[in-house]
Amino acid sequence: MAMTTSEMRPGAEVLLRALKEQGVEVIFGYPGGAVLPIYDAIFQQNAIRHVLVRHEQAAVHAAEGYARSTGKVGVVLVTSGPGATNAVTGLVDALMDSIPIVCLTGQVPTHLIGNDAFQEADTTGITRPATKHNYLVRKSEDLARVVHEAFYVARSGRPGPVVIDLPKDIVINPAPYAAPATAPHRSYRPVLDPAPDAIAKAVDLLKGAKRPIIYTGGGVINAGPAAAAMLTRLVRETGFPCTSTLMGLGACPASDPHFLGMLGMHGTVEANLAMHGCDVMLAVGARFDDRVTGRLAAFSPQAKKIHIDIDPSSINKNVAVEVAIVGDAGRALSALLDAWARNTKPQDRPALAAWWREIEAWRGRDCLRYTQATAPGAIIKPQHAIRRLYEITRDLGRETFITTEVGQHQMWAAQHFRFERPNHWMTSGGLGTMGYGLPAAMGVQIAHPEALVIDIAGEASILMNIQEMSTLSQYRLPVKVFILNNQYMGMVRQWQELLHGGRYAESYTAALPDFVRLAESFHAVGLRARTIEELDPVIHEMLATDRAVIADIAVDQAENCFPMIPSGAAHNEMILGPEHESEAAGITDEGLVLV
Amino acid sequence: MANDTGFRSATISVLVDNESGVLARVIGLFSGRGYNIDSLTVAPVEDGRGRSRINVVTSGTEMVIEQIKAQLDRLVPVHRVADLSKEGPHLAREMALIKILCAGERRAEALRLADAFRARVVDATTESFVFEMTGNPDKLDAFLDLMRPLGLAEVSRTGVAAIARGTRVI
Repeated sequence: MAMTTSEMRPGAEVLLRALKEQGVEVIFGYPGGAVLPIYDAIFQQNAIRHVLVRHEQAAVHAAEGYARSTGKVGVVLVTSGPGATNAVTGLVDALMDSIPIVCLTGQVPTHLIGNDAFQEADTTGITRPATKHNYLVRKSEDLARVVHEAFYVARSGRPGPVVIDLPKDIVINPAPYAAPATAPHRSYRPVLDPAPDAIAKAVDLLKGAKRPIIYTGGGVINAGPAAAAMLTRLVRETGFPCTSTLMGLGACPASDPHFLGMLGMHGTVEANLAMHGCDVMLAVGARFDDRVTGRLAAFSPQAKKIHIDIDPSSINKNVAVEVAIVGDAGRALSALLDAWARNTKPQDRPALAAWWREIEAWRGRDCLRYTQATAPGAIIKPQHAIRRLYEITRDLGRETFITTEVGQHQMWAAQHFRFERPNHWMTSGGLGTMGYGLPAAMGVQIAHPEALVIDIAGEASILMNIQEMSTLSQYRLPVKVFILNNQYMGMVRQWQELLHGGRYAESYTAALPDFVRLAESFHAVGLRARTIEELDPVIHEMLATDRAVIADIAVDQAENCFPMIPSGAAHNEMILGPEHESEAAGITDEGLVLV
Repeated sequence: MANDTGFRSATISVLVDNESGVLARVIGLFSGRGYNIDSLTVAPVEDGRGRSRINVVTSGTEMVIEQIKAQLDRLVPVHRVADLSKEGPHLAREMALIKILCAGERRAEALRLADAFRARVVDATTESFVFEMTGNPDKLDAFLDLMRPLGLAEVSRTGVAAIARGTRVI
């Protein structure tokens, strides 16, 4: 049970003490009437830093960037009413991508709740399906306990966002402090250790595999760098090919020859065909999302599937599996490695070698290739811009974090930027939130002041949270915004081209701002590359600049993102490039309904 | 599991912390994910320990019902989830208050049927009866079917309370 001290202090002080005890170093927030007492308490201490954002949605994305790049819980503080409702998009984003967040929301005083008071909203009602859990603190004696519990819930099991709604009287009135409970939580106790019999069954299947594949996701990243290292060991000891979801990039080093790149809708040919043709699949911390599986009925039809996940509800949700392993990805991988070493059954090496020959043939098709004209004045291909950004930053050798917005640029970044380590790639996967990348980069830069943090953006997405350029300026955060500017919502345009007869309804942005002058007006540096010969110098100058930069890269407006599994199609029905676009005409009505 | 087409009904009991919002969490999970609720009951069941029991009758394929259980189980205030219809024999009971408006010969007929079904008369006027009846939902349905031509005017049903037979506890 929690230890309660007899000393009573104002609720806001108790709140900050509990945050400090939870190891909180920074809060992303925005003040308002209902949280003024909390801001007053923040003002009078130095242990916890507050970063003032320009919109509450950005506060949550910044906390997500902070959390994903550090493995810690990100903390947000917003006021009641619009403060809370503005945060909702960020909360759902964190829910979908399993990011640990504690979001403190102000609330009108308890005696006014339900009266439609000024800036009142039913925050716990609104955020119930937007969070892993939420609390409304109605009694001062619950305050410290709820804060500690919220952190436990946010980071335990499958991580996620937790809201604590704090009525103004609760943060003003004296409250007792309580240390974190040492006893197990009364009801929420996720299973961490995998069942040994499930591990044994899995190893039996893996040992007998002729065409195996390891398919990993964000769960491996969430389980910590040790889990990623364990995954890499497993891949190398088994000699199995490995592919990753968008969320899992970096867990298995991209440079490892076993790594086939990302799978799914814009995954590589080798990854998708290996998924389609495998006989044993080991899924680790991945949830068989529709972007990954394509048409479910045709998904990996011959495979016996093993699924490791910390969330039992992720198992057998979309795809039925033969072996379910509930537990922490790191612990499960470690148990799997031990059992693999103990199991004396030999691997079918000749079959594995034949499987690799098949995979290498697919890899030989070089599905991510593009043709970049090099003559001065040539238009920049967006893939090339990312390739060069990757190569130049790699050669620079600085620790580099990449965030993205959502759309074509995001997929190109996932395809062409190669990640060697976990926690260095931050993108909105599940919710697909345009406007995620800039605030997320802000949170990453706060956590890693010396590192290079780049938001790979599109000109449409970046405008969704462009106000955060002001935050970058205030805190002197040298975030680099690398805009692939094609003047279209590129992914919308691509779908309209392939699926809607080329009728580009509302996907062209007229009257874009001048991003160079926009940067300058926010006290940042603006750069522009119009043609190929300007690309490298702009990247070099951007990286050499010790301030926030917007680099506006004009790219080919007609470029589409390939390979692509059209909606409702299977892994072996990919469109590989413009020469295959006509195949999209065969998309069924059922496919057209899908997003 | 591979042939996941058979639809079945499931009676699921959920032991939860008796705190504000917990019912909304459970109902929101069902509506948000498109699961059926055929019947729902909720009441505190443990004196002083602050726990309530929610009984949900739902239906779906085996995979969907497993999914419902897993989704319920990961809610923070949920202590236990049991699919009573799967885990062994169980009892399911529901209470109904049934109002009949009738006169003359039909009154005698209604009373005879009520007696056969062990429904109690809890209120009567010269033009009406209110019967109280407890039983499994099928029995209630059967009685209501018989009452319909006799002047069935209004029904209030509690939804299903369920418990395992024998020594098994949730």
